[in-house]
Amino acid sequence: MRNECAVTDFAITIAGDSALNLEFATTISAQTSGLIRTAAQTLEQDPIEGVRELVPTFCSLMVIYDPCAIGFDELVAKIRGKLRNLNSAENEVRRICVIPVCYGGAFGPDMQTVMEHSGLSEDDVVRIHTGHDYLIDMLGFLPGFAYLGGLDERLHTPRLAVPRTKIEAGSVGIGGAQTGIYPLDSPGGWQIIGRSPVRPYDPTREQPILYSAGEYLRFSPITPEQYAAIETQITAGEYEYEFIVEGA
Amino acid sequence: MGVTTIKPGVLTTVQDWGRSGYMGSGFSPSGVMDTRAFRIANLLVDNSQNAPVLEFCLAGPTLRFTTNTFIAITGGDFDPKVDGRPVPMYAAVFVRRGSVLSFGAPRRGMYGYLAVAGESFRVPEVMGSRSTNLKCGIGGWKGRALNTGDYLPFETKGLDFLPNLGSHALNGDAAFYGFDETETVLRVVPGPQDSLFTERGMATFFEEPFSTTTKCDRMGFRLDGPEIETVNGSDIISDGIAYGAVQIPSHGRPIIMLADRQTTGGYAKIGTVVSVDVPKLVQCAPGRTIRFKRISVQEAQQLFREEARHMKALEKMVRRPCSGGISPRRTARRLTPILEAQALASDGEKLWIELSQTDAHKHATARGEQG
Repeated sequence: MRNECAVTDFAITIAGDSALNLEFATTISAQTSGLIRTAAQTLEQDPIEGVRELVPTFCSLMVIYDPCAIGFDELVAKIRGKLRNLNSAENEVRRICVIPVCYGGAFGPDMQTVMEHSGLSEDDVVRIHTGHDYLIDMLGFLPGFAYLGGLDERLHTPRLAVPRTKIEAGSVGIGGAQTGIYPLDSPGGWQIIGRSPVRPYDPTREQPILYSAGEYLRFSPITPEQYAAIETQITAGEYEYEFIVEGA
Repeated sequence: MGVTTIKPGVLTTVQDWGRSGYMGSGFSPSGVMDTRAFRIANLLVDNSQNAPVLEFCLAGPTLRFTTNTFIAITGGDFDPKVDGRPVPMYAAVFVRRGSVLSFGAPRRGMYGYLAVAGESFRVPEVMGSRSTNLKCGIGGWKGRALNTGDYLPFETKGLDFLPNLGSHALNGDAAFYGFDETETVLRVVPGPQDSLFTERGMATFFEEPFSTTTKCDRMGFRLDGPEIETVNGSDIISDGIAYGAVQIPSHGRPIIMLADRQTTGGYAKIGTVVSVDVPKLVQCAPGRTIRFKRISVQEAQQLFREEARHMKALEKMVRRPCSGGISPRRTARRLTPILEAQALASDGEKLWIELSQTDAHKHATARGEQG
């Protein structure tokens, strides 16, 4: 394992005439995610002319750019210059997006399966699932679909043998060693253990997706009554999304 | 003012350059499949570069215009007609109020484009773009493809713009697409995971012919051909997918990722088709022979910049007044439909020159009254 404060190197690979990848590691880890997050923030705060957008993934950061504005060699030199002193995990600020979830019952049709597979009670499943914050390694698969790291091993549950053709937006599920929330209605094979009334994705909101890679999700248990109340607030546009910033 | 959809065609959507800035949140960029045909359609009718157009696949829509305007049709040739009469592609074409635009059988290409003068279709911008994202149901016309009966509004400038547009025409773009050649050559920059393929795998990719299949859509084009050998399988930890990326899944045949591609994926990418060649690919019907040619990223970016300059030059050429030269007969021929159009547009109420407002006319009237 690398020293937490070591200056880190990255490789650059070519993804055609309008994109390149900064490759930080070959294995998934919280440290790599933090590094990618820091690199992305550095390039966002002090943008290089011609860079159009950044796509952070598990181990790399894709930089999409306009070759009319900047050529490959010049961009590589500029990125190397800006990220020369990139440190991971130093004065790290954690931004946590709180997702209220109503577990079990009609919202969690597969809670029973997860309980049987793990041998835990429903309360324990909820306690463990909400017990810590999940680092968002990457968004992908669907708009706003967060790949979360660090699901407790006791909750690992195989996917459904036959995927559902429709899973409601806001559903929270477990698929093998992964957990997450469905940002929009979608087919899927995960075990659904609850549902959130919040909309991780809303194209009319200034920030269409509530969270981004490198941030954290915190699931917080709510009752069906609270679910209904929050849903009403959201429909009326009065719901205040909860974000916690730690280490600032 | 707009078009009423009589027949929607197969997959007729509103598209522009695409939705950039949200790939990191998992949104496909969407946007037109053929960026070149898109740009040319807009420049023929004096629109800005990013004006939204209608994109259709093979079976074009049948549309009734509720106002006089100019349109341009580019990309795949699906035998366009206005009121049953063939009209040229790659030209600004005048359509009258009530006219019906329809398409016949596809002759060549896969994707066609329709631009309307005056910045084209009036649809709301969603997350910075008017492109339709079918998966999320956002952008374009209600986030979906056109249906029968849809009324799609567009902006129209006053008729004063018409005389200039009448002369906007190009000689098609068949040479660029290589429609008359037996195969399509796509230039590819190797990477980002070319190192996961064996030397033999790389040789197969760059030396053997592949062919397009019926498995092609706005997400990507799957090709058939010899299996491309990997060192140790093609699974990778998911990373970003660039426009034109050539993925090689475990079956060893290429999938070229396009406008509606997923933003991340777990298959190795042997290379990326250069941006200027993607339009050639998307116009390839199933069964077309494809060959890949290796070039460097610097060469690819040179091509990119040349294409940008070429488009600028094309725009200048198209917008040159009287590009047909000054010939009284030709000018008269060109003006006649325009004057007719203006007469029609006036609905018999007002003439296009308001005589009563000219000074000479006022004087004449005054003298007449006195006399």
